[in-house]
Amino acid sequence: MEDAGFIIGGYVLTFATVSFMGWRVLRAGKRLGKQVPDADKNWL
Amino acid sequence: MTTTDPTLTGDHTTPTDGRSGPGDGTGTRGTRIIGIATIVAMGWLVAFGLGFSPEDRDQRESVRLLYVHVPTIWIAYLAFIVTAVASGLYFFGKKKSLGWDRLAGASAEIGTVFVAVTLVIGAMWGRLTWGVFWQWDARLTTTALLFVTYVGYLAVRRLGGTHEQRARRSAIIGMLAVLEIPLVHWSVRLWRSLHQDASVLDADGDVTMDGLMLFSLFVGVIAFSLLYLWLVIHRTRVMAMEDLLDDRLLDDAVAARRAESVGGRPSVRTSNHTSDRASDQVSDQEGTT
Amino acid sequence: MSTLRIARLVAAKDLRIEWNSRVFVNQVLPFAGVTMVIFAFALDADSVLQRVAPGLVWLATMFSMLVLVQRAFAVETSDGALDALRVAGVDPRAIYLGKAVALGAQLLVLEVVLLFAAVVLYGQTIPAAGAVLLVITLISATCGLAAVGTLYGGLAAGFTGRETLLPLLTLPAVAPVLIGATRAVEAALGTAGAVVSDGWPWVGLLVVFAVAFGVGGALAFGPLIDE
Repeated sequence: MEDAGFIIGGYVLTFATVSFMGWRVLRAGKRLGKQVPDADKNWL
Repeated sequence: MTTTDPTLTGDHTTPTDGRSGPGDGTGTRGTRIIGIATIVAMGWLVAFGLGFSPEDRDQRESVRLLYVHVPTIWIAYLAFIVTAVASGLYFFGKKKSLGWDRLAGASAEIGTVFVAVTLVIGAMWGRLTWGVFWQWDARLTTTALLFVTYVGYLAVRRLGGTHEQRARRSAIIGMLAVLEIPLVHWSVRLWRSLHQDASVLDADGDVTMDGLMLFSLFVGVIAFSLLYLWLVIHRTRVMAMEDLLDDRLLDDAVAARRAESVGGRPSVRTSNHTSDRASDQVSDQEGTT
Repeated sequence: MSTLRIARLVAAKDLRIEWNSRVFVNQVLPFAGVTMVIFAFALDADSVLQRVAPGLVWLATMFSMLVLVQRAFAVETSDGALDALRVAGVDPRAIYLGKAVALGAQLLVLEVVLLFAAVVLYGQTIPAAGAVLLVITLISATCGLAAVGTLYGGLAAGFTGRETLLPLLTLPAVAPVLIGATRAVEAALGTAGAVVSDGWPWVGLLVVFAVAFGVGGALAFGPLIDE
C-alpha cells in the first residue's frame, strides 16, 4: 500500500485522540465517583 | 473538609447484577455493552478500511482515509444537532432541568473534537489526493468555521456563574450556532461556485462507492456512532457529578460562614441535597471542636 | 412607553454619548484608517491592493466593529446602566433595537470613510452604474453586522475576561457578511471584471442574514443580559 505512512498515521491519530478522550472521561468518573454518594448518582 | 472521604458513600454493598458499585465511576451495564460494541466495530473498521476494501480507481489508497473522515463529520453534525435540541429542551422547558444543559455541553465537546479530527484527516487526505493540505472549497471552509463556532460555544460554557446562568447562556448560543451554520454554508457555497477551477483540485472526495467500499464506510459510521454514544453518556454523568460537587462546596462554604457568624456554635445544615451522611459529618465535626 | 419610542431614546442616548466623548471620531476612525494603511505594508503590490480593496474595506470594518461593540457596552456596564434599565422593567427588545441602531449608524459612517480611504489609497473608482448597488450593500451589510454585534456584545459585556470572547463569537458569525458584502462591492466597483448584476444575489444573502439575526438577536438579547 503506497502512502501507507499518511493513511496508517491518520488512523493512529484518530484512535489515539478518541482513546485519550475515553480515558479522560473514565478517569474523571472514577475520581468524582468516590466523592459523590451513590444516592446522588441517578444512573445507578 | 469531608468531601473527599470515601467512607462518605456509606453503603458498601457491591451490586452483583453488573451495575457499578459505590465509589466506582460512571459505568453501568449499558455503557459496558456499548463500549465493547464500539471496540469491536472499530476493529472491523480497521480490518475493512485498511485491509479488505480495495483501492479506489482515482484516489487509490487515500480513499481509506475517507472511512474515518466522513463518519467523523457526520457524527459531529449529529452531535451539534443534539446540542441544539437539548439546548431548546432546557430553554423552553417548564422544569429547566439541568440534565439537558449537561447533555448539550457534553455533546458539543465531543462534536468539536470530532470536527478537529475531520479537519486533520481531511488535510492528510488532501495532501495525498490534491497535493495540498488545504483548499478553500466550500466544504472545508464551512467545516473550519463550524469548528471555530463551537469552540466559541465551549468558551461561553466556561464563563462562570451559577449552573442556571451557564445553562441559559449556553442554550441561547447553542441554538444560535445552529442558525449560523446554514447561513455560513450558503454563503460559502455561493462563493466557491464562482471559482470554476477545472482541474484535479475539483475532486472533493465524492467517489462512487459500492460494494466493499460502501460497507467499510458503513462500518465507520456505526463505529463512530457507538463511540459518540459511549462518550456522551459518560461525559454527561461526569458533568452531573461535577455540578453536584460544586453545589456541595457552595453549601459547605455557606454553612461554614453561618457557623462563624454565630460564634462557632454548631449550625444545622439546611442543605436540600440528599447527602444526609455528609451533613451528619459536618455537625459531628462542629460538635467536637 | 412603546417599544419603538424606547428604542429611539436608547439609540439617541448612545449616539449622544458618542458625540460627547468623541471616541468614535478620535479613536475608532483613526484605527480604521491605520488598518487600511498597514494593509498596504503587508500586501506590497499596487495591483494586489487594487484587486483586494473591497475585501480590505470590509476587513477593516470588522476589526473596527469589535472595538465599537466593546465601547457600546462599556458605557453601559461601568455604571450598571444596563442592569438599571432591566430592573426598571424596560423591554429588552427595545434596548436591543436602540443599541443596534446606534451601532449601525456608526458602522455606516465608518464604512463610508473606509470607502473613501480605498478610493484614495487603493486607486478605486466608483462608477455611477454601481452606486445603487453600493448603497444597498452598505445598508444591508450594516444591519446584519449591527444585529450580531449588539447581541454578542451584550453577552461579552461586563465581566473581566469576557471581552476576549467577543471576537471569537462574532467573526465566525459574520463570515457570511464578509463574503457577501465583499462580492457585492466588487460587483459595484467592477473589480476583476465583475458586473453590477453579479452583486444582487449577494445582497439577497445579506438581507436574509440581517433579518435572521435581527429577529434572533431581539429574542435572545433579553435572556442573555438577564443575569
